[in-house]
Amino acid sequence: MTTTSLTSSRGAGRAGDKVFSGAALTAGCLILAVLFGVALFLVIQAIPAFTAPAADIQGGEGFFAYIWPIVIGTLIAAIIALAIATPVSIGVALFISHFAPRGLASGLGYVIDLLAAIPSVVYGAWGAAFLAPQISPAYGWLAANMGWLPIFQGPASATGKTILTAGIVLSVMVIPIITSLSREIFLQTPKLHEEAALALGATRWEMIKMSVLPFARPGIISAVMLGLGRALGETMAVALVLSSGALTASLIQSGNQTIAAEIALNFPEASGLKVSTLIAAGLVLFVITLAVNMIARWIISRHKEFSGAN
Amino acid sequence: MTSTLTPVRKRSALTKGQLPKYAPYVVLGVALVLGAAILALIGFNAFGWGVVSAILFAAGLVGWSAAVEGSRKAKDKLATCLVVGAFLVALLPLISVIWTVMVNGIPGLLNPGFLGTSMNGVTGVFDNRAAEGTGPVIGGIYHALIGTLQITLLATVISVPVGLLTAIYLVEYGNDRPLARAITFFVDVMTGIPSIVAGLFAAAFFFAVVGPGTKTGAVAAVALSVLMIPVVVRSSEEMLKIVPNELREAAYALGVRKWRTILKVVIPTAISGIASGVTLAIARVIGETAPILVTAGFATSINNNVFGGWMASLPTFIYTQILNPTSPSNPDPSSQRAWGAALVLIILVMLLNLGARLIARVFAPKTGRR
Repeated sequence: MTTTSLTSSRGAGRAGDKVFSGAALTAGCLILAVLFGVALFLVIQAIPAFTAPAADIQGGEGFFAYIWPIVIGTLIAAIIALAIATPVSIGVALFISHFAPRGLASGLGYVIDLLAAIPSVVYGAWGAAFLAPQISPAYGWLAANMGWLPIFQGPASATGKTILTAGIVLSVMVIPIITSLSREIFLQTPKLHEEAALALGATRWEMIKMSVLPFARPGIISAVMLGLGRALGETMAVALVLSSGALTASLIQSGNQTIAAEIALNFPEASGLKVSTLIAAGLVLFVITLAVNMIARWIISRHKEFSGAN
Repeated sequence: MTSTLTPVRKRSALTKGQLPKYAPYVVLGVALVLGAAILALIGFNAFGWGVVSAILFAAGLVGWSAAVEGSRKAKDKLATCLVVGAFLVALLPLISVIWTVMVNGIPGLLNPGFLGTSMNGVTGVFDNRAAEGTGPVIGGIYHALIGTLQITLLATVISVPVGLLTAIYLVEYGNDRPLARAITFFVDVMTGIPSIVAGLFAAAFFFAVVGPGTKTGAVAAVALSVLMIPVVVRSSEEMLKIVPNELREAAYALGVRKWRTILKVVIPTAISGIASGVTLAIARVIGETAPILVTAGFATSINNNVFGGWMASLPTFIYTQILNPTSPSNPDPSSQRAWGAALVLIILVMLLNLGARLIARVFAPKTGRR
């Protein structure tokens, strides 16, 4: 007896195993390399903006004087979007998971997913051509009656192309994200908790308040954070809808600008140091969204350990 | 002798303190009539009628319920009204967007040669003539369609193998090793990259490697791949995970190699889910504007070469036609073309979404012989 045929491995099979697992590993590492590359190349191309003399940067006062108004603008737009989208999305998710007839629920979920399927540039065009003219009378009313609040200070923009309109369009784009994530979490609520609440005589709303919402709270928070990540980075809605300008407190005048829109509007014609400045702005946006997303993922992963049927 | 007792009909104790079944319909009718009356006083429009009636309906139903059923049931009714209202509010923009695109897009789409010609040589002179009514609206989206299809195809060719192989590594080889966990984490991070940053990355990469100002379709395809890969990885990973382990073990027991098991058993079982995930990923990136804007530039003529020269695409076509009309004094022909292109883009995305559902249904693995 020489070596048994069971332990000797030859032929194409073994090589195939090696090649295949190698390819799979390479693909995985490639993703890590790409992400590393994103950070590296952005930093390399952005360095001139940080080292250049302050007078050469747009605005003439250095990079940070240039970036901070548009960072604030980005945050304002995102906060408006979330302030509108969060209650609406939670309502829609509750409607689909606990109120709609069982047969309709999945179809309704698909309808909300259609909102996510519409390309952002179409939302931008809709916001500029339809929403802004329709909503500008409301801004006039706000300026006349609530003008004592700094955020509604007049004179209102006649075209309606303001940061508030941009925020509303952004909220429409964020709603499907928050809705689909919260719906998943509402459906995971332990059935026994719900049935126990109902058996004790709770109405449907009391059942939701006592068993569904406490269970889903971390999930809702992380869904909102992911929506925030999307709202911060969204470009077209703002670029097409907002007639941009300097940072202003009033939401119903033209003015303000976001990082993403600033890049989209200026990058195609930019050259030299301007390219570096815009790439540096992109780097700032990347860092902000990265932080927001990582916090959201951290909340989800912390939640994972005690979710499920317990 | 027998005295017939006339039964006294009274409400059962169980249904006492409840609103009758027809209550919502009555309140709805009253609210609609009242809403119309109020709106008639201040100028009628359909949107205002809907809003006022909805508020009246909620107030009426909750008030009635509070009077008859008590505060707990009334709160329940209020919550139901708010939740249904939130759903209707979310539907408004969807209906409005689709309606606006249809109304504005169909005239653009019906222009002769809209799908078959490019914008090469179309200048403001022609648009001014069209706006005065002395000439047709000419020019079309052929170059943008070509660009979109080529860029998306190249992005798919890059992302699907990388994404699928990564998913295979995570599910079949990863075993929760540190590397696998790192990849999962960073794929999650990649999902959150803003699309414009992905575009900037591709631009910065090619500026550094090829030369400053490099803008071609291939750069845009790389940018789109950065957005597409995480989507493909996540959906394929989910699909590979739900392949039953018994199938793998049966194959191993027959002495089949691991790679043959994956190729011949695992992937065919999961192929419907993978294919529909890839289709959804394509639908997600085909409408991306910002990354193409900073990587492929604008073109008005047909460019069939992904690797050289500026390239147009449907989203950037819409964007430029709206922001920089061909004839600044008469933007109407340009916006007509933009809406036509938007309609084509939405139809493409909807078809891809439908296709994904169809693939998932048609190629789903057969379950037993029932």
